[in-house]
Amino acid sequence: MKDIQYVILEKEHFDGFISRLSSLQRLVAPVAKGYNNYAFEELTSGDQIALNYIPTILPPKKYFLPQEETLLEYSLDKGLHVDASVTYEKMVLFGVHTCDLAGIQCLNMVFSQKPKDYNYLVRKNSIHIIALECTAYCDDHASCNLVNASMPSGGYDLFFTDMGAYFIVHINTQAGDEIIETTNLFERADRAHLRELVKLREQKRSIFKNELSIDPRNIPALFDRSFDSPVWKDLGDRCLACGNCTNVCPTCYCFDIVDEMNLDLKGGRRYRRWDSCQLEPFAKVAGGENFRKERSARQRHRYYRKFRYPVPHYSRFFCTGCGRCTRTCMAEISLKETLSALIGGVPTQL
Amino acid sequence: MKKVVIEESHYNVRIGKIIRTREMTGHEKLFEIALGGGVSLEHEPGQFIMLSVFGVGESPISISSSPSLGESFEVCVRNVGKVTGALHKMGAGDEVGIRGPYGNGFPIRILEGNDLLLVAGGLGIAPLRSLINYVLSNRRDFGKVHILLGCKSPEEMLFVNELDLWNRRMDVYYECTVDRGAQDWAGHVGRITTLIPGVHLEPERTFAIVVGPPVMYKFVVKELLAKDIPERQVLLSFERHMKCGMGKCGRCQIQGVYVCKDGPVFNYADIKNVSEAL
Repeated sequence: MKDIQYVILEKEHFDGFISRLSSLQRLVAPVAKGYNNYAFEELTSGDQIALNYIPTILPPKKYFLPQEETLLEYSLDKGLHVDASVTYEKMVLFGVHTCDLAGIQCLNMVFSQKPKDYNYLVRKNSIHIIALECTAYCDDHASCNLVNASMPSGGYDLFFTDMGAYFIVHINTQAGDEIIETTNLFERADRAHLRELVKLREQKRSIFKNELSIDPRNIPALFDRSFDSPVWKDLGDRCLACGNCTNVCPTCYCFDIVDEMNLDLKGGRRYRRWDSCQLEPFAKVAGGENFRKERSARQRHRYYRKFRYPVPHYSRFFCTGCGRCTRTCMAEISLKETLSALIGGVPTQL
Repeated sequence: MKKVVIEESHYNVRIGKIIRTREMTGHEKLFEIALGGGVSLEHEPGQFIMLSVFGVGESPISISSSPSLGESFEVCVRNVGKVTGALHKMGAGDEVGIRGPYGNGFPIRILEGNDLLLVAGGLGIAPLRSLINYVLSNRRDFGKVHILLGCKSPEEMLFVNELDLWNRRMDVYYECTVDRGAQDWAGHVGRITTLIPGVHLEPERTFAIVVGPPVMYKFVVKELLAKDIPERQVLLSFERHMKCGMGKCGRCQIQGVYVCKDGPVFNYADIKNVSEAL
């Protein structure tokens, strides 16, 4: 730990920090919505922020890959004219947990891969991220340790850790440093602060333990032998094919592209919107053939897209352990239970 | 909120002008399209484009013409959906959006010097024609060429004039069959698989290239393997729904593979154990 990269913010200055930051640019942070639901929303004062929150209904991907976004605009009346454009806004995300940092990192990898998605990248470059450390599990649905997302490992400009009376803040980027400089409420962390942080991280290691009885390194092999597992049929029998699990997933990015004419019929736009591999027509072709007709095949596809298919391409799982898919599922399909069933149902090969 | 124009966006389209259309059957129409300004599409046989009708939408459409056609290209489109329906109402002078070409196409450099068994069922002739015409205009680069075609009935036959030319060529072995005959039909009647046993080929130096409706592949591949053609030399072109064409939207994914960028042409050895593929 280089102490020059660490500063502290006394709790009494937190409100001041948030209001100064929000006066500079759009600021979004988790807000309590009742019944233990939280959402990232725009705000201007610190007391609106839920510092102790379980994963928001939608992950911060909604700012990187909006539910709906225009890709092309065209006018047809005076000769055809087409413009490809991106709409973006400079903003700061405050309070992003490590699971959601992992989700953003996954999306960054996908959309940076050639051919690059400039709509995503322009927006990504206009968003600064202030992360907030989890010091305990949000609830039983989380499996962040399994996928190595419980500890900070980059992907943020500033990283806040709540130490009770103050926050200790890791400055990770130049942009993060500029936020510290402009808001001007932080003090240099001393050795004692850093020792406290080290202690907190050690405690965390005893709290966050692998949630399932499998070494994560063996997960791809587990999936290699689970393609015909009866577990998928069970999920297929329960799944309602509503697409909630993919909508709330921080790493699901499948989309549809749709044209829409303006009411005056002189022009229109082409936009993309979130789509879901769980919906029945997703893999259907014009001739009527559907390559994933069964719900069981679609649920299996979702799990393989988290734990198997991305591994050779991105060297990581596309599950962040946030537990959102489990919390939102009306049929109570649980990610941890599904993985446990796979682990239990297949003889382990050591 | 700020809006910036990104010229280099991969969702940006080039404007294509329809030069000519030709009614082929009750459902299929051929469109000749040019990008204008002396710019050609620069495609390889077997690739596809994302074709859009403004205000209606975009669809993946395989390119039917050989790159040797020059500055324009052709697509043979069946009227089955929103975009293709709108396209069918368009004519010469109308403008469409073009993205691409996308996909790997047929591996011409690997095919050169070998014998070819080209098999198309139904609308599969649309993409395969790009290869057939390429091979015929570069005929001396290839060994023996067999063309086997099948479709439901004589009136659904596509590219009838060209079939006649292929049939008459001395340097092509050509057979055609229909599932249901008609009064004036003197040719074969039966599934396309019935044509394969009769082909005299040297399996070691033959590449079989198959394009057709999804249901056809299993049966055709079985016959090809019975002819001792190595699995690596059986090439299949897949049809999937696509929205982006660039390996992102997820529509065309078969397990870890994206048909749009890893395909649409796959060799049987690579794909045979991938469930959801065939």
